[in-house]
Amino acid sequence: MPTATYADTAVPVDDEGFFTDPGRWSEPMAEQIAHEQGITELTDRHWTVIRFMREQYAAKGTGPTVRVLGKTSGVSVKELYQLFPKGPAKTAAKIAGIPKPRGCI
Amino acid sequence: MSTHIVVLGGGTAGTLTANRLRRMYDAGECRITVVDQDDDHVYQPGLLFVPFGLAQPHHLVRSRPRQLHAGIDYQRARIDRVDLDARTVHFAVGGWVSYDVLVVATGARLLPEETEGLTGPGWGENVFTFYDLPGAVGLHHALERFQGGRVVVNVADLPFKCPVAPLEFTFLADWYFRRCGVRDRVQLTYATPLDAAFTKPAAAKALGGLLADKGVELVTEFTLGEVDGAGGRLVSYDEREVPFDLAVVVPLHGGAAYVDRSPGLGDELGFVPVDPHTLQHPDHPEVFAIGDAAGLPASKAGSVAHFEGATLTGNIARLLAGRPVEPSYDGHTNCFVETGFHKALLIDFNYDTEPLPGHFPGAVGLPLLKESYANHLGKLAFEWLYWHTLLPGRELPGIGAEMPEQGKSHSLA
Ligand SMILES: Cc1cc2nc3c(=O)[nH]c(=O)nc-3n(C[C@H](O)[C@H](O)[C@H](O)COP(=O)(O)OP(=O)(O)OC[C@H]3O[C@@H](n4cnc5c(N)ncnc54)[C@H](O)[C@@H]3O)c2cc1C
Repeated sequence: MPTATYADTAVPVDDEGFFTDPGRWSEPMAEQIAHEQGITELTDRHWTVIRFMREQYAAKGTGPTVRVLGKTSGVSVKELYQLFPKGPAKTAAKIAGIPKPRGCI
Repeated sequence: MSTHIVVLGGGTAGTLTANRLRRMYDAGECRITVVDQDDDHVYQPGLLFVPFGLAQPHHLVRSRPRQLHAGIDYQRARIDRVDLDARTVHFAVGGWVSYDVLVVATGARLLPEETEGLTGPGWGENVFTFYDLPGAVGLHHALERFQGGRVVVNVADLPFKCPVAPLEFTFLADWYFRRCGVRDRVQLTYATPLDAAFTKPAAAKALGGLLADKGVELVTEFTLGEVDGAGGRLVSYDEREVPFDLAVVVPLHGGAAYVDRSPGLGDELGFVPVDPHTLQHPDHPEVFAIGDAAGLPASKAGSVAHFEGATLTGNIARLLAGRPVEPSYDGHTNCFVETGFHKALLIDFNYDTEPLPGHFPGAVGLPLLKESYANHLGKLAFEWLYWHTLLPGRELPGIGAEMPEQGKSHSLA
């Protein structure tokens, strides 16, 4: 299984770079992952979403989709795309150190 | 006193559930009530054909209560909310009904007004959906007037019912414009929030290949943010634009509005979360959900409701007999995909197995993931089966609820 190194710690990730073990994530890793995703600075609004992603993962075993995020995180879908232009659900999941959201059919 | 099973919704799933239950229990053992807000049962798969003049709208509608077996109570009322603690369903006009077992089968609701501009200028003129009868009829007239230009078929976001229907629409549009002799004047685009033509790799490859063969442009990861009907533009949340002269949009879907008004019943989108294998609500063992209303990682399709029906009614019987429910639903989905020119393709899959090539239901049978005339006949035969086998809650000949493995090739084509 591939690994990535954030905050001087090697962590297991999947082929697309999503954490496979969210327990290995720590807040200092987030900035570095965000940089890789082209986000230069994590604002309070980014953190609102990142923390929400982790809570949802802990409660439901999967990260929310963009639509569910827009309904429940307190951040509208429009703003989510401003914060995470390359696809909020996937990018925020990556930065939040949780597996890729499963989504539905 | 007899047990009272209340089924909310008399569409595909509610009707087949009530009819199956009626056959399992006689009236002395069990009272069965179906609640629906209107009396018109629309054969939804037929909506695909209306825009192209291949189905007459009035042929798709039958009386809802007449699809229910004798001895089932039919209550015409709009549901206002469910009180899970009191085990009571309240109606909008007043009145209520109590249940011992509740089956939520109120389907999915179209939410076009939740997308900026979708129901604004152009709605019903150059922006349509074929997902309801008025929309499909409006689109038929628009296609009759259409002389050429840019046509975009778009799925706003997931989940949506019948995941293959927008693809089928696109294939049929290609056929229709060719038949009218204007295909060279039409630019066809398929814009989807997915990262390919379909979710699962083998099907995405086959269906994406068909789009390419038919000269349809595929735009992926396009989540619809805004519709500018006057300017003829679909705009995604990441600010990409698809210009159009005619837009065919599958709007956002949510569960029935009363689910939001019923604390503890549904999820953020109004669907009812149930165990994916038993169909039972996690917090309320006497509550089940089936069909489009269920928040499952399965397709929202009539065939799914049919396959779920066996599990659901079996588990209701087990619950009433004081036995544990069984995790017997495997996510089985089966869809004919009409591809135009009297051909269709068939896909068959479940939670664990993606659509694979081969034959269905066994080594000798209909070809999977391949266009054929036989599959087209299968698609057409589905309408008869719907009214005469599926809704009455009978088994489909030769097709069990469990996904067949025989005839499938696991080495991907
Ligand atoms: C264009 C199109 C093509 C399709 N093609 C296919 C296909 O080829 N094959 C296939 O298998 N499936 C197909 N489907 C999907 C299929 O039609 C649905 O998945 C199926 O109808 C779901 O059944 P249901 O009972 O869950 O919902 P529905 O059949 O939609 O029934 C829900 C019922 O609940 C009632 N209801 C809702 N809210 C309330 C309320 N508050 N009070 C009272 N009553 C209420 C409604 O009136 C309705 O009767 C297609 C769908 C569409 C739109």
